[in-house]
Amino acid sequence: MNIINFTPYSALTGGLLIGFAAFIFFIFNGRLSGVSSIASDGISSKTNRIDNLLFLLGLIIGPILFSLSGNKIESVLTNSLPLIITGGLLVGIGTKIGKGCTSGHGVCGISRFSIRSITATISFILTGVITVLIFGI
Amino acid sequence: MTKLSSLISGTIFGLGLTISGMVNPQKVLGFLNIFDDWDPSLMLVMVGAILIFSPLHFTFKRKSRPIFAKKFILPSKKYIDKNLIVGASLFGIGWGLVGLCPGPAISAISFLNINVYFFILFMFVGFYLGNFIQNGK
Repeated sequence: MNIINFTPYSALTGGLLIGFAAFIFFIFNGRLSGVSSIASDGISSKTNRIDNLLFLLGLIIGPILFSLSGNKIESVLTNSLPLIITGGLLVGIGTKIGKGCTSGHGVCGISRFSIRSITATISFILTGVITVLIFGI
Repeated sequence: MTKLSSLISGTIFGLGLTISGMVNPQKVLGFLNIFDDWDPSLMLVMVGAILIFSPLHFTFKRKSRPIFAKKFILPSKKYIDKNLIVGASLFGIGWGLVGLCPGPAISAISFLNINVYFFILFMFVGFYLGNFIQNGK
């Protein structure tokens, strides 16, 4: 194992912002910011639909604000359509059945010391690591 | 008023994902590539978010209700079940194949990459399929 591309300061700063965003959603709306649920409910459920869609709109505005303030955003994504389709399907099915993703389980759930979320986070990091081990990056 | 706090929270969340580099699938895959060239950044993103959200949410949860909503909405399930582990594991495989999870996928909409749109489309198909697998509807 070699450590490469480690960006501790920006990672920690971004993380603190994510935690603060989750806190705002919690104290004002009384809800946890699990993005898979917010996205899925935003389309399929009438409950809190506008709130959900506005949260998603905010997710899109965030990086736009960052670019407008003169920063460059790096984002490299695979060009393989089969990988994109399989990945998208698995992320959708998995977060629906497992009731959460990196934000809901990984951030909010672990913050609440939820045994379910800790288990889920260990599970998805483990299968993610094994997948990268097999398929490479 | 929950509309305003949803938008603000989503925007800060999106900024956090951007600043931390989590909107870059390559960086996420770098974190999962633990046995080769490892980029530990994602771990610090989670640590940062939990450091803020955990104590603040425990402090404010004691209040009788959120500022703009009637009550706090928290997950009712307390125990680990098969769906949680199967779902989280499938999610991890999709995450490891592409390097995108729901939050960053939606934040990446403004990058105008057609593959991001395919990913999101199939993620929503996955939400639908997951719901069908679980509830038969």
